[in-house]
Amino acid sequence: MMTLCNGSLRVDLKLIADMVASGARVLDVGCGDGSLLAWLGKHKSVDGRGIELSMAGVAAAVAQGLSVIQGDADTDLKDYPTGAFDYVILSQTLQATYEPRTVLTHMLRIGRRAVVSFPNFGHWRVRTSLMLHGRMPVTDTLSYQWYETPNIHFCTIRDFQLLCRDLGITVEKSIALHSDGRALPCLGEGGMANLFAEQGLFLLSRPDAA
Amino acid sequence: MGSITVGYQTYGTLNADRSNTILICHALTGDQYVADPHPITGKPGWWSELVGPGRVFDTDRYFLVCANVLGGCMGTTGPKDVNPATGKPWGLSFPVITVGDMVQVQARLLDVLGIDQLFCVVGGSMGGMQALEWCASFPERVFAAIPIAAAARHSAQNIAFNEVGRQAIAADPDWCDGDYMAQGKSPFRGLAVARMAAHITYLSETNLHEKFGRNLQARERLSYGFEADFQVESYLRHQGSAFVERFDANSYLYITRAMDYFDLAAEWDGVLANAFRGTKTRFCVVSFSSDWLFPTRESRAVVHALNAVAANVSFVEIQSDKGHDAFLLDEPVFHATLTGFLNGAAEHRGLPRKGSSP
Repeated sequence: MMTLCNGSLRVDLKLIADMVASGARVLDVGCGDGSLLAWLGKHKSVDGRGIELSMAGVAAAVAQGLSVIQGDADTDLKDYPTGAFDYVILSQTLQATYEPRTVLTHMLRIGRRAVVSFPNFGHWRVRTSLMLHGRMPVTDTLSYQWYETPNIHFCTIRDFQLLCRDLGITVEKSIALHSDGRALPCLGEGGMANLFAEQGLFLLSRPDAA
Repeated sequence: MGSITVGYQTYGTLNADRSNTILICHALTGDQYVADPHPITGKPGWWSELVGPGRVFDTDRYFLVCANVLGGCMGTTGPKDVNPATGKPWGLSFPVITVGDMVQVQARLLDVLGIDQLFCVVGGSMGGMQALEWCASFPERVFAAIPIAAAARHSAQNIAFNEVGRQAIAADPDWCDGDYMAQGKSPFRGLAVARMAAHITYLSETNLHEKFGRNLQARERLSYGFEADFQVESYLRHQGSAFVERFDANSYLYITRAMDYFDLAAEWDGVLANAFRGTKTRFCVVSFSSDWLFPTRESRAVVHALNAVAANVSFVEIQSDKGHDAFLLDEPVFHATLTGFLNGAAEHRGLPRKGSSP
């Protein structure tokens, strides 16, 4: 789905990595095979942990020496103590959780900051697919048919911003992304981003942690 | 009890700063012969595939120690040994022991060997219980820990199976209320039945079905009697009779009891996380999908407790149809997990990479 950055770190993961300070304590929720954690450990000396649903992903991550547990965002975040991490990362996973609002709340409880990326359901192709064809959209970032998608809670960039406002979460940074994970800074953070960005990437913080 | 003798084996070489020791904790019926031929049966060690140069427990890199547990029958003081105060075998006058006691004895052994801190403590089943106990009792002495197919407490079902085994032993007239050694007898029938019942719990239904199905043992048709018609019966009888050659019935009673009494949370005000508060140990918790004796949810409970104190923890449920015994068998993903975790931990501990001079 995503293109690779020089055969090393996916472009969107590199953008996430850039948001993380050196030496930080990081929890990557839905960490896959741990490529982001491995990169952060090597280049930014972070103390990284991961949670991953797929056994193959966990086994691959642990086999390269990473601290990853098998689990998922909906059930496993509640155990962590408040303030245990500097950053909690949720990349391309929010839309697949049962309770995105609870997940987001936990992320900003256990982490001082959170980094969240998700496919933008407000993108014009999504809108036109529904409006012109009356079909559920299948795009580069939403590549599943409706009957087989793991994505159960879609939102638009605007929806996400409003949820953050309701939860009293501070948006420190938001970046509009192309489907290949490249940043599209020209779109800004408002209506243009919501219409033309295929993904949204957010750096969030609790007001008391900023 | 007076002085305690400990039977142990080592593999590899202790490095100059004594930082490369891995303590291997054996399971209920295991022993210290991890990678040597067993002195009684002559069979290869129970983890011999994992021990050696370039293997999971790389003897070019790590110093491995495995000791027979307290109460055992392979060299460490146990009920079959002579009580110096009476000049007779301890038998049932041997004190009831706990997993905590086993770990205290291992700690004393390490004191004698001059090893302050373990690089890693690893064990499956009851060995995993010991690994967890180590982390709770001596957090500063354990850099990394790998509890495998284990639990922080013995479940009601597991206590029940242990009780079946103990009752089988006690029902054998040759057990003589535990005094069989002095009376020159051996309750081998009771012990064999105990082993047969326990052995079923180490396998999975799928595993048993694939191995034996309803295949008949060396015969064309059913005997309509009570011989071992089925291969699975013959297999279990063999497991039972082979076991009694190498194991002491009273040891079986004492060690199963120690497992039953194991409840780490109970030792820490009923909150498992308290056992690990402030821990700096790196954990790798491993379970197997078809293990119904120590099911994944038991490992997950340990992981949740570790998460609650923000411990450094990895957790993998290995897909396997081999049941609880999978930790002793050829499971490549499991072995890759162990190797990866040990490599990562070794890097953080500052152990030199293989091939580089120390």
